[in-house]
Amino acid sequence: MTDLTELGVAAIREGVAKGDFTAVEVAEAFNANVAAAQGSLNAFIVATPEAALEAARKVDADRAGGKALGKMAGVPIGMKDLFATRGVQTTAASHILEGFTPQYESTVSQKLWDAGAGMLGKLNLDQFAMGSSNETSYFGNVVSPWRRAGGDNAPLAPGGSSGGSSAAIAARLCPAATGTDTGGSIRQPAAFTGTTGIKPTYGRCSRWGVVAFASSLDQAGPMARSVRDCAIMLEAMAGFDPKDSTSLDLPVPEWEAGLSANLAGKKVGIPREYRMDGMDAEVAKSWDDGIAWLKDAGAEIVDISLPHTKYALPTYYIIAPAEASSNLARYDGVRYGLRDLPDGANLQDMYAATRAAGFGDEVKRRILIGTYVLSAGFYDAYYTQAQKVRTLISRDFEAAFGHCDVILAPTTPTAAFALGENSDDPLAMYLNDVFSVPASLAGLPAMSVPAGLNSQGLPLGLQLIGKPFDEQGVLNAGLAIESRAGFTAKPEKWW
Amino acid sequence: MSSYRIQGTTGEWEVVIGLEVHAQVVSKSKLFSGAATAFGAEPNAQVSLVDAAMPGMLPVPNKECIRQAVRTGLAIDGQINKWSRFDRKNYFYADLPQGYQISQLYHPLVGEGHIDISLDDKNPEADVKRIGIERIHVEQDAGKLMHDQHPTMSYVDLNRSGVALMEIVSRPDMRSPAEAGAYLRKLRAILRYVGSCDGNMEEGSMRADVNVSVRKPGDEFGTRTETKNVNSVRFVMATIEHEANRQVDVLESGGKVVQETRLFDPDTGTTRSMRSKEDAHDYRYFPDPDLLPLELDDAFVEACRASLPELPDAKRHRYENALGLTPYVAGVLTAEVETARWFEALLGEAAAKQGKGEEAVAKQAANWLTSELFGALNRLGRSLDDSPLSPLQAAELLALIGNGTISGSIAKQVLEKMLETGDGAQTIVEREGLRQESDTGAIEAVVAKVLADNADKVEQYKGGKEALFGFFVGQTMKAMQGKGNPQVVNELLKKALG
Repeated sequence: MTDLTELGVAAIREGVAKGDFTAVEVAEAFNANVAAAQGSLNAFIVATPEAALEAARKVDADRAGGKALGKMAGVPIGMKDLFATRGVQTTAASHILEGFTPQYESTVSQKLWDAGAGMLGKLNLDQFAMGSSNETSYFGNVVSPWRRAGGDNAPLAPGGSSGGSSAAIAARLCPAATGTDTGGSIRQPAAFTGTTGIKPTYGRCSRWGVVAFASSLDQAGPMARSVRDCAIMLEAMAGFDPKDSTSLDLPVPEWEAGLSANLAGKKVGIPREYRMDGMDAEVAKSWDDGIAWLKDAGAEIVDISLPHTKYALPTYYIIAPAEASSNLARYDGVRYGLRDLPDGANLQDMYAATRAAGFGDEVKRRILIGTYVLSAGFYDAYYTQAQKVRTLISRDFEAAFGHCDVILAPTTPTAAFALGENSDDPLAMYLNDVFSVPASLAGLPAMSVPAGLNSQGLPLGLQLIGKPFDEQGVLNAGLAIESRAGFTAKPEKWW
Repeated sequence: MSSYRIQGTTGEWEVVIGLEVHAQVVSKSKLFSGAATAFGAEPNAQVSLVDAAMPGMLPVPNKECIRQAVRTGLAIDGQINKWSRFDRKNYFYADLPQGYQISQLYHPLVGEGHIDISLDDKNPEADVKRIGIERIHVEQDAGKLMHDQHPTMSYVDLNRSGVALMEIVSRPDMRSPAEAGAYLRKLRAILRYVGSCDGNMEEGSMRADVNVSVRKPGDEFGTRTETKNVNSVRFVMATIEHEANRQVDVLESGGKVVQETRLFDPDTGTTRSMRSKEDAHDYRYFPDPDLLPLELDDAFVEACRASLPELPDAKRHRYENALGLTPYVAGVLTAEVETARWFEALLGEAAAKQGKGEEAVAKQAANWLTSELFGALNRLGRSLDDSPLSPLQAAELLALIGNGTISGSIAKQVLEKMLETGDGAQTIVEREGLRQESDTGAIEAVVAKVLADNADKVEQYKGGKEALFGFFVGQTMKAMQGKGNPQVVNELLKKALG
């Protein structure tokens, strides 16, 4: 019998539908992997094996009863612990929300359960999704299942913030998982772990019930091991939600049915500003491979310019902390979560003690930055200016998409780094986002697909950025790369 | 207009006043959540996940609140901004679950408008002053803290959290407590006519932040103070009175007015400092990224305009011009929407009962309402809202006066009996035999007897003491138990006395 945990979303759904195996068998297989890896990878904050089994039993019963099965029927998934799940602790990997159990279910997770998916557990992440290595989690960092070839057993970062998701998928703890992407939090971990993930157009997936980091940037998306699996899962996650004012009121396209690796007649833009001085040679090489593959798929390659690229990172690190400083004000010890009330403390003391104890250093850093850039006398110089630059960055893309249909670039400047390597240098850490942040600022759909391994045996990802609402174009270009890259590498099991 | 001045030791001082009025929008649900807004519910019974700022909750604008604010904007002749935006005002407090209030700083829903006030009660057309309104913006209310429920802790009630408020910001155009009072009353009347706010200051659905400064007439504006959350017209006037005098004292003793936030103490009628500008919050306003800009189309604004009722000034003019009422009576009848509604219902019924046009019965109805009914209600300690008399019942009484069945003075008795018993006017008149006597023969007989019984007074009258005419009228009416038609009695007495 095949190892069910090697199967992806499409294969599981089809196997269950055909009766090759039951959904319960699938859930049991993944539950076992989750339990076995927890001590070493720390990918989950909470495992919910019973929830996975319960959903599986329902799918098996529905199938036996001849009922129509959903898009994700029988597929157990990991749920990033930023999504509120009714009756299951939801922490955003922070101490301040430890023990918080919502009475509500996020729109996106509810849609997935409605489509027949089951929950294996709540996945670890960088605290409040702030980080690129998973080291900011209050519940300990996730360890990547990948290791450098050649005996260096230094534990590697799975990327962040969706590092629990990426590690769990790469290690076969789940076939797919939800991620959220504010400045690259789906794409960078996907690139670091040889997995696939797409951040759709801003507004495609409801933000209702997702713990907010930066509201104008946060966007949920699927992570899996293939482009097709991402397309299937995105269809289940996306859709207009009247409870989210920024939700797109558009029908959800049939992305899976629309998949095609034939790019004849399509133009792929190569942004010259992304080819930076001192670029990692292997990253540059994989980008060239990507260009060749897309050409092979029938696309025409064109040079494009995104002149404001160099301002994207500073712009992002003004806007995202500004919004975060306000979004995180609600964690005050008054209504839920942690309350630290020292003897004789007044209200201000309680706020200070609770937030000092509840937030990690990176979260505090961003709250401080955000508070600063919004404060009187600095607002125009920072926040207003950043909003203007954000508009210019969007216009760069608009202009570029006059000449091409999709943009190809590396996802990250390097392969995965070792845990601890950047943790005392926030700026070096922020540089990880240099290629992913511009698309976030412009609200564009963007995905990372594995392109191969570097000389250390670590995965490299390629990023595809599309026009607004053109997830299909992004998925198709991703599929063209996937089918040519022949990426089948998986981390050797050590955990 | 007002020449209100404070007499200081260094001369006269002028007071400059601006008001920021917070008016709770009448709507079933809150500004950004579906929770209910009714007053008086159990604490925390009307709180949604959004109002409690649970993780991942998002605001969705309530269109009804926006509609009410636009209607209010149109009613003060304000500029309706078809593109406006919500901003976050960030500060920490236990009654503010989000840690920010969603408000509109940079792009308010309504721009420049105005309200006309008059200080002349006798003639609202005279002494009119226009008070500018800078803006109306829409924002969330905060919750309520209760400090008296526990020895060491405060309780939080979030029922008000997220309720929609309109902040109506005047220009610093008022110069006396009386003007501020007139402005507040007029604004409240307009809000109640429009139906966008119930204007109930006791329940907190309307409250004012009072900005006061003083200056020597003709000088530049002085430094102002802002007294927060004053919740009655009387208190607003008292705040201004006290604050202006306090500032004059400070300035005349060589001090400086500190720009600060103050509180009014209703028990002492004084204000005290709450926080100065130095400890003022830095609210870090920025556009709320959870919300898209609010864009209105012409059709929406026009529908709001079409839904507006006749407003107090227009109604008053119509009462004067089309119904022929005096400015004073028209002013009294239009000052509150309930009065105008009652009057118009009465007018319709009275005209129908008497088979006349409304303008033909308007004066009768208006005078009776403002003198007789108001007087009676006053004695009963009731208002028109809970009047035991309906407009239809009142119209019946007016019809009996109109067709001469009873006299005006008998009508007073009938009204008292109606209020006492709840019976109809006709029933009371028949039962009590109050029908007016207009038969000349019957009256002539009484007149003859009165004159015969008072021959000495007749002599005096004829000798030039004409004031005695009233005595004869009184005696005649008395003899007829008040039921003689006064006009006929007068005529017949004159004739009989030669």
